[in-house]
Parts: sequence; structure tokens; C-alpha cells
Amino acid sequence: MPTEGTLAQRPRLVDVVRRDVPTCTLGERLSDVRDRASAAGWDACVVISQDRVVLGLLRAKELHADPDLLVERAMRPGPSTYRPNVTIEEMRRTMTERNLDSSPVTTSDGKLVGLVRKQDVGIV
Amino acid sequence: MAREIDREQVRRFMEQHAQIVDVLPAKEYSEEHLPGAINLPLRRIEVEASQVLDATRPIIVYCADSA
Repeated sequence: MPTEGTLAQRPRLVDVVRRDVPTCTLGERLSDVRDRASAAGWDACVVISQDRVVLGLLRAKELHADPDLLVERAMRPGPSTYRPNVTIEEMRRTMTERNLDSSPVTTSDGKLVGLVRKQDVGIV
Repeated sequence: MAREIDREQVRRFMEQHAQIVDVLPAKEYSEEHLPGAINLPLRRIEVEASQVLDATRPIIVYCADSA
């Protein structure tokens, strides 16, 4: 959406966040989630509640754990989340400092907007 | 009555000339805001809303986290 102001042109997470990231719920089997994510071309999945609040994250390492595990046992609970208005420059710095491959982007009440990956903010 | 809307609904309301209210502090508003938005920071909104807004037209209120 177009904006006005002295810093209106500064790119922000809302401009690059991947809204098509796969999601799953706590009670699903890891193998099912992995297959679904893989079919969609992803090696990550965001664990959400019924009202889309982020509960955890499955990155590649967790997705490839014991396939019979339930998501709630395999996920990284309570990942750090970032708001859509964070600038890409800030996020690039944060992801570099914390060595993050991907991070969920949420609204202030924790609802998933999407996932930002390091390549989305220009980290190669 | 307040309800949450998505960006497509925001666009539609903007086309219908809804009033748009940015509740961030003035500095952040000056840096970036939606076209035509009025700046009414949260700490002033209760006192000033009735003076500057038309209660008969739709009002969209947003803050920094709007996605």
C-alpha cells in the first residue's frame, strides 16, 4: 500500500514477508507436516493456534527429526517474532547478529503475517 | 462499533473516502503514513476524536503493526 512521509520509501518487512509460508498445528505428525512443506517448496513451517497466533517454528533441522513425533514435541517453542513495520535494514542486522535463517513476522497480538528468510533481507 | 479489517478492505474504504487515523506519535507520522491520514496520537484521541472526525463516515484507525 502506498505511503507518504519523509521515510516512506524505506523498505520494510511488510514488503518482503512470505505470506505463503506453510503452517501447522500442535497435534500434527511431523512426517505429514514435512511432506506438506516440502511439496510447497519450503524447509520451514510455522506452528500456529486456531486463531493464527504463533506458537513455534519448525526449521529444516526440526522438520527432519523423528517423523513420528508430534509437532509440539519437535518445534522450537516461542520463537522471536518481528513486526511488519521493521525496516529491512534493521532486520538484516538482527538476523546477522543472531545468526537466524528465518523468523516469523506477526501482528502485535501475535498473529502470523508470514515468514521472513535471510535471503528476503539480502543476506547471501 | 470497531472491527478488524484487512488491507483490501482498507483500500475499498479509502476509495469511499473513509477517514483514516494514524495513532502514532507525530514524529513517526511525519516519517510515514497512509495517504490522507490524520495524525491523532493515542494520548490525544479520546479528547480530540469528536472534534476532528465525522462520526457519520467510516473511520479507519491504524498503528505501526498494521500488516
